Amino acid sequence: MARVPALRATAYFVRTYARTWRASIMTTFVNPTLYLLAMGVGLGSFIDKSANHAVLGHLSYLQFVAPALAASAAATTAASESMFPVMGAIKWQKTYYAMLATPLRVGDVLAGHLIWIAARIATAVGSYLIVMAAFGATASFESIAILPVGLLTGTAFAAPLAAFAATQDTDGSFSLMFRLGVVPLFLFSGVFFPLSQLPVGLRVIAYVTPLWHGVDLCRRLATGTVTAPGLAGHLAYLVGVTAAGLLAARITYRRRLLV
Amino acid sequence: MSAPAPGIGLRWRVVPPAPGRARRLVDRNARAAAHYWWVPLSGLAEPVFYLLSIGIGIGKLVGGIEGPDHHVYRYAVYVAPALLAASAMNGAIYECTFNVYFKLEYAHVYDAVLATPLRAVDVARGEIITALLRGATYSTVFVVMMAALGDVTSGWAALAMPAALLIGFAFAAAAMAATTYMRGWTDFDLVNLVMLPMFLFSTTFYPLATYPRWLQIVVECTPLYHGVVLERSIALGLVGPALIGHAAYLLVMGLAGVALAGRRIRVLLLS
Amino acid sequence: MISCVSPRTSGELTVLGLDPDRDGPRIRARLGVVPQEDNLDPELTVRENLYVYGRYFDIPKMALRERIEQLLGFAQLTERGGDRVEPLSGGMKRRLTIARSLVNEPDLLLLDEPTTGLDPQARHALWDRLYRLKAQGVTLVLTTHYMDEAEQLCDRLVVMDRGRIVAGGSPRQLIERHSTREVVELRFTPGETERMAEKVSDLADRVEILPDRLLLYTADGDAVVEALGRRRLEPLSVLARRSTLEDVFLQLTGRQLVD
Repeated sequence: MARVPALRATAYFVRTYARTWRASIMTTFVNPTLYLLAMGVGLGSFIDKSANHAVLGHLSYLQFVAPALAASAAATTAASESMFPVMGAIKWQKTYYAMLATPLRVGDVLAGHLIWIAARIATAVGSYLIVMAAFGATASFESIAILPVGLLTGTAFAAPLAAFAATQDTDGSFSLMFRLGVVPLFLFSGVFFPLSQLPVGLRVIAYVTPLWHGVDLCRRLATGTVTAPGLAGHLAYLVGVTAAGLLAARITYRRRLLV
Repeated sequence: MSAPAPGIGLRWRVVPPAPGRARRLVDRNARAAAHYWWVPLSGLAEPVFYLLSIGIGIGKLVGGIEGPDHHVYRYAVYVAPALLAASAMNGAIYECTFNVYFKLEYAHVYDAVLATPLRAVDVARGEIITALLRGATYSTVFVVMMAALGDVTSGWAALAMPAALLIGFAFAAAAMAATTYMRGWTDFDLVNLVMLPMFLFSTTFYPLATYPRWLQIVVECTPLYHGVVLERSIALGLVGPALIGHAAYLLVMGLAGVALAGRRIRVLLLS
Repeated sequence: MISCVSPRTSGELTVLGLDPDRDGPRIRARLGVVPQEDNLDPELTVRENLYVYGRYFDIPKMALRERIEQLLGFAQLTERGGDRVEPLSGGMKRRLTIARSLVNEPDLLLLDEPTTGLDPQARHALWDRLYRLKAQGVTLVLTTHYMDEAEQLCDRLVVMDRGRIVAGGSPRQLIERHSTREVVELRFTPGETERMAEKVSDLADRVEILPDRLLLYTADGDAVVEALGRRRLEPLSVLARRSTLEDVFLQLTGRQLVD
């Protein structure tokens, strides 16, 4: 038995996942392959020929889009792992309450679940990285750092979203979060086209969201164009959002689970 | 407090209820949705996001693209109808897999329904009709948005909504049948595993000619491809008898789905 | 099977004179069903639960509205009509489920363990409601593990053991046939029970030896108690009571735990 209490909570999620991992592990490898084929290679063949290709600089569209897709996979994995499952553990399966009837404390339960979510994010980013390498979309040695940076991008979503999920009574707001949060971020955070194409107002919003920071950093890592101040700025932002999310989650979890 | 007095005559109680029982379930869904009205409402925002990101983003990168009539179209004009088809598919599948499964396994809505004169097949029909009504609303908004962004080039676009309904019907019915085979939430990963490649490869973003011949044949077999061709031809005003074939494919798929779903639900609920 | 949602395994079955295989909807139109677990619609309010359910029976809207107010009164839920179902207490949900099953004025009401998990007040309130229905001429078919409930509500009951009927009749008849009028329960220090059983075996029609108690089945409990005094037998406790259906049930189905 794990000596760290939080890991005992994590063990629960590992165990339930172990029964059903096949379909989801397929998804984690198939999705990147499909996206890189369809967008990077397929759509890329049109964009690379196009007169407007210059805005991407010397990059092919595949090189441009692949690392950004890795970052956004981290964000979407985080979103889907930290809303419905958190509500499920509170309301449907009541897993959290079962855990709290043991020596585990609220902090352990929260940390345990987030460690599990982090593992899922790391898997998603890791498999993207492998598929990217297979497509030849990882030109530089620094590409390997996409794994930790992607993970951090993911936690910058997972922690605040888990905090939010713990305050909700029904899951209705989650589809709202996806439709009005995750989807627009995916579409407008510089994943598919450079932010310079956005009108100034929208561009400012994009700079504030954590996804753009993850996207930009991953892209620079993959293409070997990362600078020290850029790295520091992006990392500080992502760490800051994650930390704020953790604090918020501690509060909302306590409020929800201790009555 | 007195017990309820017999008040409502016996007539309606012994006479088996009229056909159209599925409509009662649609009413139920409408009432439930009224409590969460902002959820379907938020769904209306989705086409706006997609159309905008294509219009101001990817469309600018691509420039123009050759349509089925070898005429070069602005990229947004080319992609928008395909996104309409994909959105009809997504909406129908979401409604008839996740929502239905939740009601089946967690809310136990159907257990109670089946203790009334409604039959399993009424339930399946009711859910499919619900999906279609929602789909009709979404696709109408989608077409209006397309027009507002200048992505509509032909008067035939008036048929885009009915075509989206047909696409929705085909996928709702198939999804309903598929849901009856689900063993747990993780099986829904498989749903995504089917939807994503269809979304990405059904000539949504570029013409069929981009693919090697063998892949073209695979793509031509998938239902969304027929939906995309249908919507794109209508939106670009390239209407001809060939469209009947595409529509027939979707219609047959829908009818087969309804038949299978009805049979499966009966088996499941009776066991 | 009676509500036509399970196929017959074997034998003959007619419900209200109809064949469940052919006339499912027609039978269910005249049936009320209270399942063991409440399956109220969580997405609807209390009043909507009744309304939507009534519409499944094709009850005209006007008549239904009137009926719903009656049923809310019957279930003592008039004030909660506009509330969502989820926050209701167990007893309220049960009353609502029963009210819902009455929406079509059924000729036959199927109740599966109607009071399991309820507190005593709620149980008695429910019994009162069911008794009134019976008085109105509704046929109640009740399954229960509570013998006191069966005794309270049933005119005719059957005891089932492992899917087979082992006895049937009115509660009175069953007691007369399968038990004695009264029962004396004697408690001795553990270990002494067996020895004592021999000493009292002639006092009763039948003596049952349990690990912790002796049960003396007799027509006259007081006479047995007196006889015990004359023999200077001093059990830790003596209880003379009337025979109940529980005695009949245990006599017929044995004391082995059945899972």
